[in-house]
Amino acid sequence: MTPVALVRELGFRAIRVVAELGSMLLFTLSFLRAAVVPPLRPQRFVDEIYNLGVLSLVIVGVSGFAVGMVLGLQGYNTLVRFGAEGSLGAVVGLSLVRELGPVLTALLVTGRAGSATAAEISSMVTSEQLDGLRMMSVDPMDIVVAPKAIAMIFVMPILTSLFVLAGLLGAYFIGVGLMGLDAGVFLSSLKSSIRFADDIGGCYLKALIFGFLAGLIATFRGYHATPTAAGVSAATTSTVVVTSVAVLIGDYFLTALWGFQI
Amino acid sequence: MMDRPASFDAHVRFDRVHMAFDGRTVFDSLSCAFPRGRITVVLGGSGSGKSTLLRLIGGLIQPEAGRVEVAGHDVTDPHTSLAEVRSRIGMLFQHGALLDSLSVFDNLALPLREHTDLDRAAIAQAVRAQLDAVGLGNVEGLLPGQLSGGMLRRAALARAIIRSPEILLCDEPFSGLDPASLKRIEILLTRINRQRGITLIVVSHHIASTLRLADQALLLLPGRSVCGPPAALRSSSDPEVADFFDEELDVEALDREERAAT
Repeated sequence: MTPVALVRELGFRAIRVVAELGSMLLFTLSFLRAAVVPPLRPQRFVDEIYNLGVLSLVIVGVSGFAVGMVLGLQGYNTLVRFGAEGSLGAVVGLSLVRELGPVLTALLVTGRAGSATAAEISSMVTSEQLDGLRMMSVDPMDIVVAPKAIAMIFVMPILTSLFVLAGLLGAYFIGVGLMGLDAGVFLSSLKSSIRFADDIGGCYLKALIFGFLAGLIATFRGYHATPTAAGVSAATTSTVVVTSVAVLIGDYFLTALWGFQI
Repeated sequence: MMDRPASFDAHVRFDRVHMAFDGRTVFDSLSCAFPRGRITVVLGGSGSGKSTLLRLIGGLIQPEAGRVEVAGHDVTDPHTSLAEVRSRIGMLFQHGALLDSLSVFDNLALPLREHTDLDRAAIAQAVRAQLDAVGLGNVEGLLPGQLSGGMLRRAALARAIIRSPEILLCDEPFSGLDPASLKRIEILLTRINRQRGITLIVVSHHIASTLRLADQALLLLPGRSVCGPPAALRSSSDPEVADFFDEELDVEALDREERAAT
């Protein structure tokens, strides 16, 4: 590739990125308008709570329990070398509440519900369902996008709570049930280490922001999909990739801003 | 039965419309008119812009230049209320475009719930009346995915006319249908036009249906368009026009053309 072609290619890519960011900003503003300006659609919202939240309960609960068991096993084996196995509750609790709970829940929900959302909306684009709504003067942003994105923001903290509780249960099962740690020691270490404002507040703040990111990226990718089978596939894949990267990068900044300044 | 207007009164008018996609010109200064209360069938090869023409009328896309006037409103003017224009238009999409997640009843009820003050009983009555009108008396509880192709097309037609539009746009209403379903849709469209006086603009590849149905045919050819009664176009001295209506497979002529081309 000649230097001129390289510069041209870089220029094209830069313009595409800027155009996409601009498009996403306009989409976000449209979503925020649809979220607060009537007509609001409570029934569609409840349906989406079921689709995105209730149908994710099992995968989130089972994954949380498995992660808790691994943390319990690894944590106990490490702490016991220093005679600090009594701190297992604190180690597991802080890991789950501060980082693993919100991040892993966001990644799991993106994989299950985010990809399904992008696939559903992009299929609606392909089958002209969104154009059908426009021709009836019904804004797809009101009836399709807003209920899904708001439901994603709403379910993420609830699913994160489930993940954390299941994780703690898994760690308790390993530490107390299998390794013989005293239940009172485990629970008192957990209770004394977790602070409500810092840890629980930070956990829910992260969950809300990750829910916003997951809902917005999934609906945006689906809404702007190319109306072909390949377009549906690309929208679904890019939803998972972009949301996962956004959640992981966002987690760093949230941790830096929230966790270390209070 | 409505009286059909005797004189030519353009309900939809294209004035020097230019349209291109990714540098490929679809319409180059297209001017044509669609008479009020009549059936116009739009013909043309694949990629000739037939569906684009319908989307321009509905304001789903905007031309690069020129005017598209619908019932006296210029839909290319940014100050025109598209909601007002679309309230006069019904559109039957190629694959129906009914919302997958709603039952047939809810799909038909949606535009009434959105744009009228009718109570539940009145909406239910209107939906059942439209379903009966298209011969679908017992499918209101089914999802669109549970209907056959012909039934889906009729349900979509019922939704398109439920708000009593002045203009009905039909995108390939006969494609993929068996002969019995095709004839049924043809009869329904004729009845809608005759009984309700609705202006029909139908995109189709189906020559036999066009000859039976159309008051006027618009043939989109590369770089130009030809308009007139279908019988006149069929017997046109213009070989490109006459060829389009000639359904006989002349293999020898094709061979001669290919030899001449090489």
